[in-house]
Amino acid sequence: MNHGLRSFAACLAAAASLAPLAPALAQQKVLKFIPQADLRILDPIATTAYITRNHGYMVYDTLLAVDEKFQVKPQMLEKWEVSKDQLTYTFTLRAGLKFHDGAAVKPADCIASVERWGRRDALGQKLAEATESWAAVDDKTFRLKLKKAFPLTLEALAKPSSNVPFIMPERIAKTDPFKNIEDPTGSGPFKMVKSEWVPGNKVVYVKNTDYVPRKEPASWGSGGKVVKVDRVEWIYIPDSATAAAALNAGEADWWEQMPPDLIPLLAKNKDITVKNIDPLGSMGMIRFNFLHPPFNNEKMRQALLYAVNQQDYVIAIAGDPKNGKPCYSYYTCGTPLASEISAEPLKGARNLDKARQLIKESGYKGEKIVIIDATDQPIVHAQSLLTLDMLKKLGLNAEVQAGDWGTLITRRAVKEPVEKGGWSIFHTWLVGPDMVNPAVNFPIRGTGEKAWFGWPTDSKIEELREAWFNAGDAAASKKAASAVQQRAFEFVPFIPTGQFILPTAFRSNISGVIIAPIAFLWNIEKK
Amino acid sequence: MLAYVIRRLFATIAVMAVVAFFVFSLLYLTPGDPAAIIAGDAATGEDIARIRAGLGLDEPFLVRFGAWVWALLHGDLGVSVFTNLPVTHLIGQRVEPTLALTLCTLFVSVLVAVPLGVIAAARAGGWTDRAVMALSVLGFSLPVFVFAYILIMVFSIELGWLPVQGYRNFGANSFWDWLRHLILPSIALGTVYIALIARITRASMLDVLAQDYIRTAQAKGLAPVPVLVGHALKNAAIPIMTIIGIGIALLISGAIVTETVFAIPGIGRLTVDAILRRDYPVIQGVTLIFSAIYVVINLLVDLSYMLFDPRIRF
Repeated sequence: MNHGLRSFAACLAAAASLAPLAPALAQQKVLKFIPQADLRILDPIATTAYITRNHGYMVYDTLLAVDEKFQVKPQMLEKWEVSKDQLTYTFTLRAGLKFHDGAAVKPADCIASVERWGRRDALGQKLAEATESWAAVDDKTFRLKLKKAFPLTLEALAKPSSNVPFIMPERIAKTDPFKNIEDPTGSGPFKMVKSEWVPGNKVVYVKNTDYVPRKEPASWGSGGKVVKVDRVEWIYIPDSATAAAALNAGEADWWEQMPPDLIPLLAKNKDITVKNIDPLGSMGMIRFNFLHPPFNNEKMRQALLYAVNQQDYVIAIAGDPKNGKPCYSYYTCGTPLASEISAEPLKGARNLDKARQLIKESGYKGEKIVIIDATDQPIVHAQSLLTLDMLKKLGLNAEVQAGDWGTLITRRAVKEPVEKGGWSIFHTWLVGPDMVNPAVNFPIRGTGEKAWFGWPTDSKIEELREAWFNAGDAAASKKAASAVQQRAFEFVPFIPTGQFILPTAFRSNISGVIIAPIAFLWNIEKK
Repeated sequence: MLAYVIRRLFATIAVMAVVAFFVFSLLYLTPGDPAAIIAGDAATGEDIARIRAGLGLDEPFLVRFGAWVWALLHGDLGVSVFTNLPVTHLIGQRVEPTLALTLCTLFVSVLVAVPLGVIAAARAGGWTDRAVMALSVLGFSLPVFVFAYILIMVFSIELGWLPVQGYRNFGANSFWDWLRHLILPSIALGTVYIALIARITRASMLDVLAQDYIRTAQAKGLAPVPVLVGHALKNAAIPIMTIIGIGIALLISGAIVTETVFAIPGIGRLTVDAILRRDYPVIQGVTLIFSAIYVVINLLVDLSYMLFDPRIRF
């Protein structure tokens, strides 16, 4: 053996001797989870990104949470009391709540967290407007005093989707809400192992052994968050074919969301369950630019209501009619406020003649319609192509200008006309919980310059929304929400394109998957 | 030679300064706003404006460029606007997988391609030559991702011999665990380099085999193998070394598809992710590192010529 070969053999032997370095890890129950996206931002208040919200549910806990029946339940709280005049709420924390650094959860942490959330979240801002003061009463109790009654106080604190009012230590929650926090210390059922975080590849969480779960069974974000594995690894696999192969080969236990075209491939494997666990799904939408012709004209927007065929959009997005359905409502179908009130233009047989008539009445002069598209987002891209086809059938001068998602979300902030880099239409989607009522359904708002991209101005819809906030019981709330929807079908702030579900797939060695709009990772058992 | 090396290293600094300026300018002009991505889909324009101001992205070009250069001169490549982690830390996390993939690919490529090229040249015009050239055309023509999926299907799904995806740090587990995660990516990525090196080796060998000194060696009765390896290959080595050198640089920057298909957290994926998110500090940092690697590899290739041809002096 010459010198070179001897050196190589020595290297091999040395490397092989490193083999038993990780036996402890091998004994652990490790759940390998392929998330829907890559976790880049750790701050669930600074961003509305769903992946960061999901990270939030791993490491943080909430004061309240809604269950599968949309009922508000205590989570970190032991109890709460509301004064007769509805102006004072007294909250009492459960015993034994601790942050990951060992510090006890105190009212000051909760107050600072809720105040930070209230500066970013739309519903949080409404609560903040109604708030007179927050104050700690003792180590377990704190009090909210309102300037005026705010019937949605508890619903706001139990908000299930972005932004979720997660509770952080006061020292972190004091951070400017427009600046990302870096420290993932929470009091939730998992601890993030930041030293093992490789952005773009892997996020590691370990069981928080100090966490005291509630006794009730888990239901959405409420109930007992019982962790039954030692470690969870989020493995981000950007290529969906590789993700499918990894699940097939048993290198991953659970793939959160898969593209519809891979469902048949995974369904063939008897060790894999493909399932719709999200009872609310997501809602697609066509959003208009209200600042420039032609969609600054109400009749143009109404015309498209008669032309949009939601079934086509659902199939284009979800691939299989089983994974979606039309939803002729401005609220997520399957939730208490959803209805088909005033939805006639959007449902039933499509009426292109009526659409053309409305276009004519609008005085459309052949202005160019620019649909901005993101080809790296299949849900956006599929909708863009369908809308282009529909507009062309209506004889409109439309074109798609394609880019990536990063370009789309930058360009949609441009308020100039299309000739100067502006746009006419973009598409997106929101998860079901983000459209359940007028408070969280931000695209429905008509606050002009302060509104979401497209900047619609409609004082009537704002008045109706305000009336909904002040509605008393469930019946009044439903009536007020229906009035908002009625106005929405006249004003058309956006057009819902249907409700779809991206199924999840997991191996047969895991059980306890919670049926919920979010993939919660507690309660999961791995054999 | 020392003076030459010093001159080339000074030239490297100038090259990197130009690269830095161009990259910064291009990113400034490219549409995209990291603040909008950070804020999320539901954010309003007002939210985005506040985040942008917080990140200093609304400062004029020269102010931003000046601040970046000043930090760079102090050894600071900045912080990712998304993860808040230092760019050096992010690059550091990604160097090992890319380096391991590159070296394994190079090892496989050279080990396979040079003998193939030599054999093809020795049997020029015969069926072996034609077979090697046919394989070479196939290697060039077959997209890396297609070959990668075929490898995954056969060796990971059907046979279950090798993992589908991922990377294990050297020393984290066993050597075999590290190596088995690199076999399929190296083969997939190496195909095109095997084709390239085999063709160059064949062409260069054919040129050398036609020289008088080869005929002399054969005439004095040397066996075919010593003639091919000792005389011909050594003299044909310069173009082969050049292509291998270029190959290293191309492998480092060109492993993006392989890293994506096999979910290897390398520099290539870091770059693509940063571009898609407009994570400017990361893009700038990675580009600078890439340009430095290119220049250094070219320098090393130039210096290696002296080993193969003693007539070359710098």
